[in-house]
Amino acid sequence: MSKPEVEIVVEDPDPPARDSPAVTSTRTVEVVAALLLLALAVLLGFDNWRTGMSWDSTGPQAGYFPFYLSAILAAACLFGIGKEFLARKQASETFVTRAQLRRVTQVFVPTLLFCVVTQWLGLYVASFLLVAGFMAFVGRIAAWKAVLTALLFSLIMFVTFEIAFDVIMPKGPLEALFGH
Amino acid sequence: MEAFGLLIYGFSVLLTWKTLALMMVGLVLGIFVGVLPGLGGPNGVAILLPLTFTMDPTSAIVMLSCIYWGALFGGAITSILFNIPGEAWSVATTFDGYPMAQQGKAAEALTAAFTSSFIGSLVAVLLITFLAPGIASFALRFGPPEFFAVYLLTFCSFVGLGREEKHKTIISMTLGLLLAGVGMDTVSGQLRMTFGSNELLRGINFLVAVIGLFGISEILLTMEERLALRGHAASISPRVVLKVWKELPRYWATLLRSSAIGCWLGITPGGAIAASFMGYNLAKRFARDKDSFGKGRIEGVFAPETAAHASGTSALLPMLALGIPGSGTAAILLGGLMVWGLNPGPLLFVEHKGFVWGLIASMYLGNVVGLILVLTTVPLFAAVLRVPFSAIAPMIVVSCAIGAYAIQNAMFDIWLMLVFGVVGYAFKKIGIPLAPFTLALVLGNRAEDAFRLSMIGAGGDLRVFWSNALVGSITTLALVLLFWPLISGAMAQMRNAIRRDARLGTK
Repeated sequence: MSKPEVEIVVEDPDPPARDSPAVTSTRTVEVVAALLLLALAVLLGFDNWRTGMSWDSTGPQAGYFPFYLSAILAAACLFGIGKEFLARKQASETFVTRAQLRRVTQVFVPTLLFCVVTQWLGLYVASFLLVAGFMAFVGRIAAWKAVLTALLFSLIMFVTFEIAFDVIMPKGPLEALFGH
Repeated sequence: MEAFGLLIYGFSVLLTWKTLALMMVGLVLGIFVGVLPGLGGPNGVAILLPLTFTMDPTSAIVMLSCIYWGALFGGAITSILFNIPGEAWSVATTFDGYPMAQQGKAAEALTAAFTSSFIGSLVAVLLITFLAPGIASFALRFGPPEFFAVYLLTFCSFVGLGREEKHKTIISMTLGLLLAGVGMDTVSGQLRMTFGSNELLRGINFLVAVIGLFGISEILLTMEERLALRGHAASISPRVVLKVWKELPRYWATLLRSSAIGCWLGITPGGAIAASFMGYNLAKRFARDKDSFGKGRIEGVFAPETAAHASGTSALLPMLALGIPGSGTAAILLGGLMVWGLNPGPLLFVEHKGFVWGLIASMYLGNVVGLILVLTTVPLFAAVLRVPFSAIAPMIVVSCAIGAYAIQNAMFDIWLMLVFGVVGYAFKKIGIPLAPFTLALVLGNRAEDAFRLSMIGAGGDLRVFWSNALVGSITTLALVLLFWPLISGAMAQMRNAIRRDARLGTK
């Protein structure tokens, strides 16, 4: 039988403040996204016009579909921008608060670095650095636990993919040392 | 019954030690993925897909689909014990599941959730077993125009019936179709939208996009929230299970209704999320004492869980029979089929009998084993949540990168995944739905090929899409669905006008 008093509690070492000021509103992001997509649509539309967007004897040319899709995408973006413009007097929701943005950067920047390191040192070394670093600095977990977890994780990944399933990953000097 | 014989053949394909072991691994991984916040069915399947690249297709699909069943089961655990839906389709389960846990009836709620999931899936699998072969053999007669009409129907129903703002659905879908077209044009061999880049020559891989859109973006979103959680621990004793099962027949109407809703929404692209809410709301509407819903009523757990699972399972029906996925996860499984070198579509039932029937048999077995597994191991999986997120997040990032790289052995794909992660994060926050994008990206080229092949066949005459009753009615239905919001609006206005006239007439 279950006992309701048995609880699982996990604390957040560094929760985002609830009253953090807004960085930007959802409307601003929506308009910016629509403008970027509009630019993309124009670019792709132009490229497909160059490829050929008309009908020849056997039906549409290679650029026909993408050209008109770009046109529809552009129209939908313009509609979205117009709609937000008309509603500009109403208050908009917060897209992200400063505290939230800080947390998102905390995970995004290490991920970015991970990708860079993967290119130079291989995926397994990069994954060791990412897991250990993230646990120790963002999660504030004791360093020895972080290093041990990261080492075990990278090793398990290596054995699973490289050895058991023959899935080849980018590797660097360390793996070369062991003859892989 | 031919289906029975084929099903037994399917079981014979399935019952080897290796396949059974893979099934167990898939189920455990799936439940794990379903329990963890920041991972879910589609992400889990997308990230673990690379594991299957070197397997034979049957083992691969059995393992992947078991991950999917596991994730469906796992989502209920966190909803009930922690009031945190592990999956969007378990949101409705929290309404009554969490109050039950608070009242000390967590074990009953969990048993109810797992059992009803099992019943929902079972109904959907029965539907697949007896309906899919028929649909597939009917679809064998389809030519390019018919296939294009079916694709058009899928796209149009997303735009016309989706709940999101229409222009956002259109943005998402056109973007997906455009990105699907990047690379070499399959009909003429010309290069499109590559801008001279060698990396873009290969095209934008669907799975790379999915891993970024669902995996990476979900990590970013989860990190934004407070990660602290507090919930109940529970273990299930056989006595509780028997007690809940004894009550089951009393709720036959709810179970049946939810299964039907789930199957319908799963086959059409409505999805498990809509199904779970609809199942819950209808159970509430039909109940005698509506006020007891939301306060820990067992029926409030039965209804959404049955519907979500029926929908999640039946989404595989159009994927198997027509090559058109009914949900995001089904779309990823379809992507997997292509990686394993199978050509999705009705021919699967003819050319790859072992694969299709092995999969269908694994649906039966996977759900039975899954049910037993979750009933016995709940405390273990609930404890997974004690693992801090700061340990899980980087591991998920690494798994995503492995998945993205393994598809084409390209470093470029890891960068592409990162870009899609940011795009997914922004899209989710400004309300641009990701499902139409996913669907468009996986079906885009097939739809365009079908259109251009029909044009070549018909000498460029668009009337080919109304050339016979079948293709004509599908095309017309697609257009009706596309403009459905306008049509239903006009009909409502007309009805109002008539009513007004009638009232004026009686005065």
